[in-house]
Amino acid sequence: MQELVQKSIFEIKELLATKKISVQEVVLSCLEQIEKTESNIHAFITLRDKDEVLTEAKDLDKAGYNSEKPLWGIPIGLKDVFTTKDLRTTCASKILENFIPPYDAEVVVRLKQAGAIILGKQNMDEFAMGSSTENSAFGPTKNPWNLEYVPGGSSGGSAASVAAGQCFAAIGSDTGGSIRQPAAFCGLVGLKPTYGRVSRFGLIAYASSFDQAGPLTKTVQDAALMLSVIAGADPKDSTCIQQPVESDLLNLTLGDLKGIKIGLPKEYFEKGLDAEVAQSIEQFVQDMQKIKAEIVEISLPHTEYAIATYYILAMAEASSNLERFDGVKYGFRAKQARNLEEMYVLSRSLGFGDEVQRRIMLGTYVLSAGYYDAYYKKAAQVRRLIKNDFDQALSKCDFILAPVSPTTAFKAGERTQDPLQMYLVDIYTTSLNLAGLPGITIPIGLGQNSKLPVGVQLIGNWLDEKRLLDTAFKLEQITEKLPLPSIA
Amino acid sequence: MSLSREEVKKIAQLAKLELSSKKEELYQEQLTRILDYMEKLNELNTKDVEPLYSPCPNKSILREDKVEKYFSKQEILKNSPEPNEDFFVVPKII
Repeated sequence: MQELVQKSIFEIKELLATKKISVQEVVLSCLEQIEKTESNIHAFITLRDKDEVLTEAKDLDKAGYNSEKPLWGIPIGLKDVFTTKDLRTTCASKILENFIPPYDAEVVVRLKQAGAIILGKQNMDEFAMGSSTENSAFGPTKNPWNLEYVPGGSSGGSAASVAAGQCFAAIGSDTGGSIRQPAAFCGLVGLKPTYGRVSRFGLIAYASSFDQAGPLTKTVQDAALMLSVIAGADPKDSTCIQQPVESDLLNLTLGDLKGIKIGLPKEYFEKGLDAEVAQSIEQFVQDMQKIKAEIVEISLPHTEYAIATYYILAMAEASSNLERFDGVKYGFRAKQARNLEEMYVLSRSLGFGDEVQRRIMLGTYVLSAGYYDAYYKKAAQVRRLIKNDFDQALSKCDFILAPVSPTTAFKAGERTQDPLQMYLVDIYTTSLNLAGLPGITIPIGLGQNSKLPVGVQLIGNWLDEKRLLDTAFKLEQITEKLPLPSIA
Repeated sequence: MSLSREEVKKIAQLAKLELSSKKEELYQEQLTRILDYMEKLNELNTKDVEPLYSPCPNKSILREDKVEKYFSKQEILKNSPEPNEDFFVVPKII
């Protein structure tokens, strides 16, 4: 019999609704799985107290199944970038090592209202700055498919945790690919919604015009369910989309892709894409054609400028957002400081890790007098060109199909010495955030040589999540189900 | 484009960071390389292109200006690095 922890949310929901299992059994199975796997993968920074979690489960069992709560009794994880009331929130940084927020992020409020059980806070690159979850003040997370490899980043703890069966879903954040890339590296579905779909209130800011929360799940249906819970306007975030999410978001239908045009951006397949990833995608495209998808070639001519554009803007926003960490009101304060200036400088220098300091430095530079126009404004102009590319492309097709990363998961330590090499990994993911569009990663198989998961992303138009999920759902049916990771 | 050691020091000062001399040297090299890469954008003519600072289509989202109490003083002061019942305490200024 398939173990509980390997099931999808929908399968667990069914078992709970028909009283075949109790919430306590579900939670216990996750806690046991964490016990079994956590020392190997290190997916969590903070786990909630076991007794507290079990009491919550017991209370739900006592109250009885509630069909109005879409995540009733479902154990989930949260990337440690979301504030949680009375539960430590670190952003994987020493500067927030002892921070206990007095409030829940809006996403967390909605998950709790939906009946989800939060197991804990998951590891990430410090302040979401990284692509491998190696930049954490609490140590790296390992990929459950192979412990010598990275799980991707920055939501790597969340991806590794869901893949290893520790929880049924996680909420991550995606600023330049941080949900989609770890989902691909760990063989999961990862959804980055349209910018503004989900409230950023309580999502600790890295780059505010890019950051967006979204789910990492085992199936497309689960992703739709998680989105339906967290999406929607919030008066506490003025960048939230005001129009409501489609009420039939969960009404995904099987069938072929007749009448659907899928665009392949020629620039994405020209160079730099690893052979085994290219091969997997090629096969997948053939399979799509078998279910009647029409494949068209499209062009995103400014692709080669995406990384530079993204990093200039994201670092500029980061340097400004991270000014708030000054050792005054919360977070780490350097004890040895003798005056106010020293308190600021030492708290920041000892509290922030290396990559965070590097990005603050670069961001400060591109915003400084004399360089603002040459870097920041210039990048914002190129951002417009990149957005125009997508508008043009999406006028010729319904969705864009793209790789997620040039390779499958890479080895731990392989790219930590050279920050620029690490940035270049994000070539296929950052453009989406520049344009604010939604995208979903779906796993399509294992790489022929690496035997590690390969994912593709399907990119949709502004606010087109419903159709995006529906198409991803149909595509999911033609992919072979992945085996279990070695640590699961 | 090459960043001088002095420029690295200046940026650190603006960002309120203190770098060891070893780190200054490392950042000088790394930031120079990264900025060199960013120069790529200069290949593009963006003369009449309107900058896009955010994909958010919202103009001003207004709400009623109503006073609401979210937190007690204790809740907010709880995370203060130097405990005090009434204030955030910082090193002496004057």
